[in-house]
Amino acid sequence: MTHTGCPLSNGLPTHRENPLDPPEILGRLRSEQPIAPMVFPDGHEGWVVTDYALARELLVDSRLSSKGSLKHLAFPSDRAMDFDFEKDLPPGQFEHMDPPEHTRYRKLLTSDFTLRRMRRLVPRIEEIAADRVAAMRRKGPPADLVHDFAFPMSSEVICELLGIPVESRESFEADSSKLLNLDTAPEEVLGALHNITGLLGKVAAQKSSDPGDDLLTKLVTSGEVDEAELIGMSLLLLVAGHETTANMLSLGIYTLLREPDQLARLRADESLLEGAVEELLRLLTIVHIGVQRSPTEDMEIRGVPVKAGQTVLIHLPSTNRDPERFPDPDRLDVTRRAVGHLTFSHGIHQCLGQQLARLELRVGYATLLREFPDLRLAVPAEEVPMRENMTVYGVHELPVAW
Amino acid sequence: MQIQTDPEICVGAGMCALTAPDMFDQSEEDGTVVLLRDDLPYEGAENDVREAVERCPSGALRLAD
Ligand code: HEM
Ligand code: SF4
Repeated sequence: MTHTGCPLSNGLPTHRENPLDPPEILGRLRSEQPIAPMVFPDGHEGWVVTDYALARELLVDSRLSSKGSLKHLAFPSDRAMDFDFEKDLPPGQFEHMDPPEHTRYRKLLTSDFTLRRMRRLVPRIEEIAADRVAAMRRKGPPADLVHDFAFPMSSEVICELLGIPVESRESFEADSSKLLNLDTAPEEVLGALHNITGLLGKVAAQKSSDPGDDLLTKLVTSGEVDEAELIGMSLLLLVAGHETTANMLSLGIYTLLREPDQLARLRADESLLEGAVEELLRLLTIVHIGVQRSPTEDMEIRGVPVKAGQTVLIHLPSTNRDPERFPDPDRLDVTRRAVGHLTFSHGIHQCLGQQLARLELRVGYATLLREFPDLRLAVPAEEVPMRENMTVYGVHELPVAW
Repeated sequence: MQIQTDPEICVGAGMCALTAPDMFDQSEEDGTVVLLRDDLPYEGAENDVREAVERCPSGALRLAD
């Protein structure tokens, strides 16, 4: 379907003129139409928001629903499988629920994600990062930072958090990679899903007789959730936490290697790291499909009438490039105060794992920069394949040498 | 300036504890916000509190003058 006067007639554009900046058309929209019509690939007539202040306003507005059944594929995809939220996934996918259901599930997990608890994980995260560096050294140079460092590191951390036994981690990682890879055939996706839910069920059963200091034990012994919910919640953590952190680790390094001046500043002064992580999160906004909300009643948004049920896509990457909020927004500046970015969204669904993600990124970047003082790309920057049409943006592979 | 917290609507995102660690913590029990004190113990504390309020995603932090 085409819509006259609507430049976005088939979902979000995915092609980028510059690999580190969102497609230009979205930046133009922000100054002309902070809320603009967009036809989703399935024909649904909805909206896209690119303005920072408006995005924040909408993300805390309780008239907008997060229900999975109201969400649409954001850009055309060949993938035959399009999940039916109610039928295909186990219960407990609270990212796609509204209060009070959302509140119930989220509150069961918040005490396991506090800043203090996450900080307690840091020594283990440091060991995991050091193990990955050792594996890279055994293999190269060169090595692929995506598959030899970032994905296994982020998978191990989730296993640690959930309490997956060491001997099952390799198969767990293989299955979760299959699940996340868009090239996997639909039957194989279902097979991987089956393996993971089976493993989670088995581990959960073990925890009731042999408890550990981990999240599965906590949920099993809480008596608040049944087995299907427990598996569903663990799966959500895996899906929400593995691919995101892994891509942020590798895309962040790619970005720093392309900006030698910024990298040099960071190497010279480790106290800049915390702010640099925040700035990279802002600049790269890897959830480039944004987040979706649908009004439960007709409303007017900046003078534009939006009907109940019309999905509004908040385009997080564009909101983080709003010059009203972040001066000279397209520039990487590791000394910038980037706090307030919307990379983890805003409102009641704001990322539950964000403090863990921040620590993992800090440890991951610090370890790589310290262990490899001469880290460099092993191919020209333009040849690094970008994840343009994947749910989470990043690099497919990142050959590096040292 | 008076700081009000509402653990009922807090979603445990931890932005307050990250931004103003001398002022806010999260409960061990359910991860929701705990106000550690109601004075401003150091220079710049008011700024940090204002920033925490601005970063809190749920509206659980409020300032009354
Ligand atoms: C750099 C890494 C990450 C990014 C960019 C990221 C991004 C996001 C975003 C944008 C949302 C909000 C969705 C919405 O508003 O509808 C979200 C939600 C969520 N994230 Fe993350 N995430 C990251 C890492 C993690 C990690 C490590 C975990 C857990 C281990 C995690 C668990 C979750 C969960 C459970 C939700 C749903 C929260 C809710 O609906 O209340 N994320 N994440
Ligand atoms: S920032 Fe807000 S939502 Fe997050 S823990 Fe503090 S009070 Fe709760």
